Amino acid sequence: MRFFTYLCLGFLVLCAVSVTFSKNLLNSILIFMSYSLVMSIIWLLLESPDLAITEAAVGAGVTSVLFFVTLKKIHAIKREGDDGHDQNKTG
Amino acid sequence: MDMTRIRPDEEVKKGFAARFHNWLYGAEDPVCGHVEMMPQKEFIEEENSILERQKEKEELRKHIYDTEHNREIRVFRVFYKVMSVIFCISLIGVLLVTVSNLPSVGTAERPVNNEVSARYIEKGIQETGAVNIVTGMILDYRAFDTFGESNVLFIATCTVLILLRLDGDSKQKEDAEANDRIYEPKNDIILQKIARILVPLIIIFGIYIILNGHLSPGGGFSGGAIIGAGLILYLNAFGFAKTERFFTEKTYKWICFCSLSFYCIAKSYSFFTGANHLESGIPLGTPGAILSSGLILPLNICVGLVVACTMYAFYALFRKGGF
Repeated sequence: MRFFTYLCLGFLVLCAVSVTFSKNLLNSILIFMSYSLVMSIIWLLLESPDLAITEAAVGAGVTSVLFFVTLKKIHAIKREGDDGHDQNKTG
Repeated sequence: MDMTRIRPDEEVKKGFAARFHNWLYGAEDPVCGHVEMMPQKEFIEEENSILERQKEKEELRKHIYDTEHNREIRVFRVFYKVMSVIFCISLIGVLLVTVSNLPSVGTAERPVNNEVSARYIEKGIQETGAVNIVTGMILDYRAFDTFGESNVLFIATCTVLILLRLDGDSKQKEDAEANDRIYEPKNDIILQKIARILVPLIIIFGIYIILNGHLSPGGGFSGGAIIGAGLILYLNAFGFAKTERFFTEKTYKWICFCSLSFYCIAKSYSFFTGANHLESGIPLGTPGAILSSGLILPLNICVGLVVACTMYAFYALFRKGGF
């Protein structure tokens, strides 16, 4: 169990660092989502299931969806079909 | 003699009244026949003038941002850099000083070690009737904080409404709807089939969490967030036309208004009676039963409604600028 806790914490740090270094905005949102999921597992390990439920619903669910919509509105996510040539623009 | 003279027809026709009558009822177009009408020519700019314009622009820019010769800009840039470094260092210093002045871990006079937390754990079930101590704390002992939180959510939605809502202009709204259709998958069969199975489960789970907030982990906020996520999934799968049948701006307004005012009135009553040492008359029930712990259950429902509506409203406003 102790090992699992350390694994989760290590993954948390990894996610937090890699969000800032990700070139693609879509990837960084996905990493942020996984950060929230791991965070909710850690809340469970810290014996506060109330916070775990809220973290999973708000952090991993609603916030990421709002990020997706915002990125779509500002055309930062490519639409299907025109992949490839403007890969660098999304960064 | 002169006054009774009947004017001849032609003279009448040329008179002001007749012309005005004709103009009013469109008998004859005053422009027609006098002005030549033709479609406007397409404006084609010459290449030279385009180049000239661009050159002017560049020169202007060069002149304004001429860092090599413009002393003011150079001074300002150096000043900006120096000030930002100073500001960052001073901020770090302030934060470090604050942290170093915090009470050290494990001493007896720390604010954590007061009698409040012990009382919450020992007498929580007795005084609030809630088996889940966390809910008993946030909705009974510290209900005022939770009221503030719900209001903050409502105010945040109002702010987003001010920023992102489209005005009554119908053209703009049509554009937004067309844009919405381009960017969101409409009638996606996989999404719809999965949503048809998942959405009821998600919403029922959210309702369960809200209603059992005083018995098991969870409560108004988490349950409301889950219901909001379910509504967002439903909206994504089936579009605005279906959600508008049961959820419009008016519904949102009334649900938030009713929940917040019920919360305010109920908690004001309980604070008033508590502060004056009166019997509140709200039965606490037996701890562990679903209908127990006094005001916590209705307050949980209020918070859950506000949060669910807020989540949905955020999404709708971000996506289309209205709902």
